[in-house]
Amino acid sequence: MIGLEQLYVLVGLLFAGFALDQAFDRAWRSALFWGCFAVLMGAGSWLAPLASGALVIVLALLAAIGLKPKPIVTTDAPAREASASRLGNRLFVPALAIPFVTVLGTLLLPRTGWVVPKDVTLVALALGALAGLALAMTIVRAGPMTAMREGRRLVDSVGWAAVLPQALAALGGVFAAAGMGDAVAKVVTATIPIDTGPVAVVIYCLGMALFTIVMGNAFAAFPVMTAGIGLPLIVHRFGGDPVIMSAVGMLSGFCGTLLTPMAANFNIVPAAVLELKDRYKVIKVQAPTAFVLLAANMALMALTVFKRWI
Amino acid sequence: MLVLLGIAVVVIGFAVRLNPLLVVVLAALVTGLCAGIDLPAVVATLGKSFVDSRFVTVVWIVLPVVGLIERGGVRERARTLIAGMRAATTGRLLIVYLGLRQVSAALGLTALGGQVQMVRPLIAPMAEAAAERERPLDDGTRELVRAHAAAADNIGVFFGEDVFIAIGSILLIKGFLEQNGIIVAPAQLAVWAIPTALLAFAIHATRLVLLDRRLRK
Repeated sequence: MIGLEQLYVLVGLLFAGFALDQAFDRAWRSALFWGCFAVLMGAGSWLAPLASGALVIVLALLAAIGLKPKPIVTTDAPAREASASRLGNRLFVPALAIPFVTVLGTLLLPRTGWVVPKDVTLVALALGALAGLALAMTIVRAGPMTAMREGRRLVDSVGWAAVLPQALAALGGVFAAAGMGDAVAKVVTATIPIDTGPVAVVIYCLGMALFTIVMGNAFAAFPVMTAGIGLPLIVHRFGGDPVIMSAVGMLSGFCGTLLTPMAANFNIVPAAVLELKDRYKVIKVQAPTAFVLLAANMALMALTVFKRWI
Repeated sequence: MLVLLGIAVVVIGFAVRLNPLLVVVLAALVTGLCAGIDLPAVVATLGKSFVDSRFVTVVWIVLPVVGLIERGGVRERARTLIAGMRAATTGRLLIVYLGLRQVSAALGLTALGGQVQMVRPLIAPMAEAAAERERPLDDGTRELVRAHAAAADNIGVFFGEDVFIAIGSILLIKGFLEQNGIIVAPAQLAVWAIPTALLAFAIHATRLVLLDRRLRK
């Protein structure tokens, strides 16, 4: 059965390719950084946890002193313009093939029995990427080496931010092991007097958003806030509807996700991928929508959860 | 309560703009030590959690594809395509993308989009080209337009996916409520994600209309 293990080896090999290429260019820091990451990715399942932890610390130190990537030779602007007018809309085919094959794979792969059921989405994404790669190599007329070097060009421009989402997920694991959730819940519930239903709603939604900002993930916030405020107060004391509370509460948490650098794959990675100078620009652009929507969620929950109007 | 110092490290670290990767590792070490775990065990916990979270990084497998089509001029082509459509302003283009992303995510198709595979090669260049039809862009405005392209992707998927009954967050809610003796159907939860989805679209689309107005000035 094909599952995440095989994907990790594949991704590890890709990053090992980037690292080797950088070593050939004598970009030593980049080579070491992506080499360590390739080992963690491809061989993580067989490494001792202490060794993995040490490699993560090496990654952080290299990122802190700067990776100093070397620019690679690629096509220049006039060449790309010429190629764009020659190839036309065919250039969109590989980009659109990725989601198309991914969706198709998500629907069809479970029936084959070849794929670990819980890993279907990511296996389908990898298939989509491979299909896209085959199409791109045909359309642009380039070999696998060129493809790898162009991939390296992108990873150089994204830099350490490519590793940040995984590091933050790891931090979430350490937070959980240290009992961070309970500590935060105690602070939130102990400091605010809650004596009416609407106040409980406001505190619950605000707590979901704040906790999500801290943890970077609404999934981590939901059990803590709902066990601390949602169920005992909104549902049991004030007679609120648990379905409405949970659904709107989770979405209040999503408003927090729009506001936090801790949700790096949504907020920090795009800034790197789009080569923005301001690391926090995506968050700044999202903030007004997040605040207005959070207020709207509070109003929505306060008006409907106690079943007065529905 | 001492573990809360870990959060303080994160907040201060991000605020003084230390390298975020370093901030995360420092916060993990501080949190673990404050919880009374000894240093080797903290490093091991960090290593194990990092390895357990590898699924987050699988998405970079699309890098060679995106790199190749960029080499072939996909961004230039995306620009030409939009430059030819006079009705396609930046705001309108992003409103359409926001709506499509919400609807497809609501149908469970969260893979139709993404910052690396969709926004960088297609949506951001299109949004820039539409803005450039008004006048040449200075650096700050270009950043603003690109950031808006990324934001439309995020907001679309966040406030669309919960309308789909088999998405992770809905299953998490169902599981959590069940543990607490409350049985709910995923469909009930999904229905209550619809009002917020509509509000999100209305609020963000309004802001995109305002963005158009700002770009025209």
